[in-house]
Amino acid sequence: MPKDEIKDFRLVGTRPNRPDGLDKVTGRARYGADITAPGMLWGAVLRSPHAHAKILKIDTSKAEALSGVKAVVTRADFPTGLTGEDWNLQENTMAGEKALYDGHAIAAVAATSSQIAQEAVRLIEVEYEVLPHVTDVDDAIKPDAPVIREGAADATVPEGMPPNVVKYFEFGRGDVDAGFKDADLVMERTYKTEATHQGYIEPHACLGQLGADGKGEMWVCTQGQWYIRQMCSAVLGLNAAQLRVTPSEIGGGFGGKTTIFMEPLSLALSQKAGGRPVKIVMSRSEVLRATGPTASASMDVKIGMTKDGKLTAARAEFRMQGGAFPGAPVDMALYCCLAPYKIDNVEHIGYDVLANRPKCAAYRAPGSPMGAFAVESLIDEMCRKLDLDPMDVRLKNAVREGDQASYGPTFGSIGLAEVLEATAKHPNLSAPLGPNQGRGVASGYWFNHSGETSVSLAISEDGNAQVSVGTPDIGGSRASIALMVAETLGIAYEDVRVNVVETGSLGVNEPTHGSRATFASGKAATVAARAAIKEMCRRAANEWGIDEEAVEWVEGAAQPAGPNAGEFPPMSIKEIAKNMGKTGGPISGHHESVPEGVGASFGCHVVDVEVDPETGHTKILRYLVVQDAGRAIHPSYVEGQYQGGAVQGIGWALNEEYVYGDDGRLQNPIFLDYRMPVASDLPMIDTQIVEVPNPGHPFGVRGVGETGITPPLPAIANAIQGATGVRMSHLPMTPTKVLAALKASQE
Amino acid sequence: MSKIHVTTVVNGDEVEFLADPRETLLDCLRDHLGLTGSKEGCGTGDCGACSVTVDGVLISSCLMLGVEAQGKKIETIEGMANGEELHPLQRKFIEHAALQCGFCTPGILVAAKALLEKNPDPTETEVRYWLAGNLCRCTGYDKIIRAVMDAASEMRGAA
Repeated sequence: MPKDEIKDFRLVGTRPNRPDGLDKVTGRARYGADITAPGMLWGAVLRSPHAHAKILKIDTSKAEALSGVKAVVTRADFPTGLTGEDWNLQENTMAGEKALYDGHAIAAVAATSSQIAQEAVRLIEVEYEVLPHVTDVDDAIKPDAPVIREGAADATVPEGMPPNVVKYFEFGRGDVDAGFKDADLVMERTYKTEATHQGYIEPHACLGQLGADGKGEMWVCTQGQWYIRQMCSAVLGLNAAQLRVTPSEIGGGFGGKTTIFMEPLSLALSQKAGGRPVKIVMSRSEVLRATGPTASASMDVKIGMTKDGKLTAARAEFRMQGGAFPGAPVDMALYCCLAPYKIDNVEHIGYDVLANRPKCAAYRAPGSPMGAFAVESLIDEMCRKLDLDPMDVRLKNAVREGDQASYGPTFGSIGLAEVLEATAKHPNLSAPLGPNQGRGVASGYWFNHSGETSVSLAISEDGNAQVSVGTPDIGGSRASIALMVAETLGIAYEDVRVNVVETGSLGVNEPTHGSRATFASGKAATVAARAAIKEMCRRAANEWGIDEEAVEWVEGAAQPAGPNAGEFPPMSIKEIAKNMGKTGGPISGHHESVPEGVGASFGCHVVDVEVDPETGHTKILRYLVVQDAGRAIHPSYVEGQYQGGAVQGIGWALNEEYVYGDDGRLQNPIFLDYRMPVASDLPMIDTQIVEVPNPGHPFGVRGVGETGITPPLPAIANAIQGATGVRMSHLPMTPTKVLAALKASQE
Repeated sequence: MSKIHVTTVVNGDEVEFLADPRETLLDCLRDHLGLTGSKEGCGTGDCGACSVTVDGVLISSCLMLGVEAQGKKIETIEGMANGEELHPLQRKFIEHAALQCGFCTPGILVAAKALLEKNPDPTETEVRYWLAGNLCRCTGYDKIIRAVMDAASEMRGAA
């Protein structure tokens, strides 16, 4: 859709109440832990207290002898011979020869009550041989670091690399050395970010049942029921189609619920307990110790800039650890970090490094926040040095449609320039600042994603529509999909019911990840609605005895397309639906594809902070998010994504981090010590939705979930420099660190 | 461990259950009484998702033992609406899009109701500090604060 063809919509862009609102304000909505089943057992998991240890012996006899215990499983109960990511998932589900991190599962128990299961876990005796461990990325990449796993490196890693490097990335274009020669200022800095957790308030929970015949069912809080099905089947050697997975309402995910952790254990326990269903609910400390936090990163960036603010060359070398398995998003970090800029000479190098920490999972724009912290911090510092306006420099170098991205592809329609222009005009950018206050700006980028998508739509007997989607609703997608379907069918928003369905109801769907639900399920639902419309036009044409091409769909009714088609009064969807049993049977539409036409999303944030010179505490005074949504289907939930992403980024910047002790154990596995932002830490989060419609989506949607977590990390560091003159290069910027930096700068 | 018989009043109804002495009030509400609207987000009193009132006092039900509920009056999210009629806070949370995943919502509604009973005209700062014990990871709190302020305003107008 060209930018100048923005249509007036009847429903798209309005803000109706969400369809699941009533259930959620009354406590009726059913989440992962809210279900029980007849004959149900409770599961509990024994976890390693060591960061790295050989498992010499597991004695489960005392646990098995406890009254009420119905099953105990260890790795010996799992199939062998898995390879690649299937092996990684199995090894992470249950330790094999070695415990690889503090919290790694060693054994699991199912019993008739939660208390008995916990007691039985304490009766399991494990003999360990503790091994040297490493948790910091810069230590893990040293040539003499403790080796996490021999032979884990893939073909990308050149000979002679340190033993924990498992993937290596190198790409770029132009001539960076020549580019640096053309610059008036070349600066190089090193940055570090610590691991954070998605921090969803709902701990992982599942209720699994598996019979001796290999048929099973699972109720689980997840972003993707088909991923759960596929991964559990792979880890346990099951036939995927025999496992039926139903997603519960989901209490937050942010990427962390796109994979498996303890879910296969409920199935393995259930099978061993004669097929009785087994419920496992993680505690918060299990969530923090043993699910999938982000990678931590150590990054070198070198940039060249002319005195009028033109970027001439950039070099980024990133090291990331994502736990004891390959998969740190160092590639994504490199792809995103320079994406907002048109630079002719770029070089990217990345190392994925193993360490004794839990296997990282996706977290909102995985990799992008770290990369942005490095690049956007350095660009800001260079602007200050050259006395240039950071907004001017961003606009001057902004990528536009047709430009080649720093990571290779050519951008289609994008809205970075529009975002920067809107930001520059926003009143927050000219609010007066007092003493110890500073302002920071930063840009952010996320590709957005499509993925396998399957949607089915059926017209009910009374002319309403029910839509079956496979993407769990994590932030209002049922509302946005209902709006698009109602708009397409020409019926009321309230006359559409969108159901998130189980794996037996549709073809394979990727999870709600990559900001894809409103883009991909929304696009597929719109195509499905059009198919139903075509069928309804055909039914009307048959009734009228005219060609179906001579019928058009207007405002929820079939009508003759023109005077030559004949004189018939419009036939409404209700009329067609009422008679469908007599005119050819059920009317439905469906669509299965990997929808094309993903639209990337850029954002720019502006933050004002005040730093207390006595304590080093940073207070957020004002916060602005400007981002290109393509089109905001339900603007309230677009704003919600912007605000939520920004606040997660604020937490990452100022408070949140995984703290490991010298013993390799996580020191802060509860919310008191893993300190996420609370209401009193924050001001209102101002938003401005920019709409540069994505031509690849019927309503122009880009996907809005992820970009917003990226700019806060550098924007706040930039604001702190504005307030104090001190440049912080290691997150989080806690009062202790800021105070130490202030003192060091005064010496 | 032998169980203890507990009689208590929940949302106006007298109820009985047998509690393992190790079980929290939250466990008892969820697992014995089927009141799963109160959520466990942390089990350490840090997230507020299990907020209920006991004899009118706002507490984290994960920090109280079930057996301590004997003879008390407990109010949970399930008792907040009056039949079909939502409490103004519940209505305003839907209208303002003050929830995304909705997992923290019951606890925040219970906590916000306790605030407005104590202080019908709170400032934004007062709302923010009162709700500082209720974590929300989805919304950044902006729309939650607006919904509470708007509900307070409507309730003052209606009084």
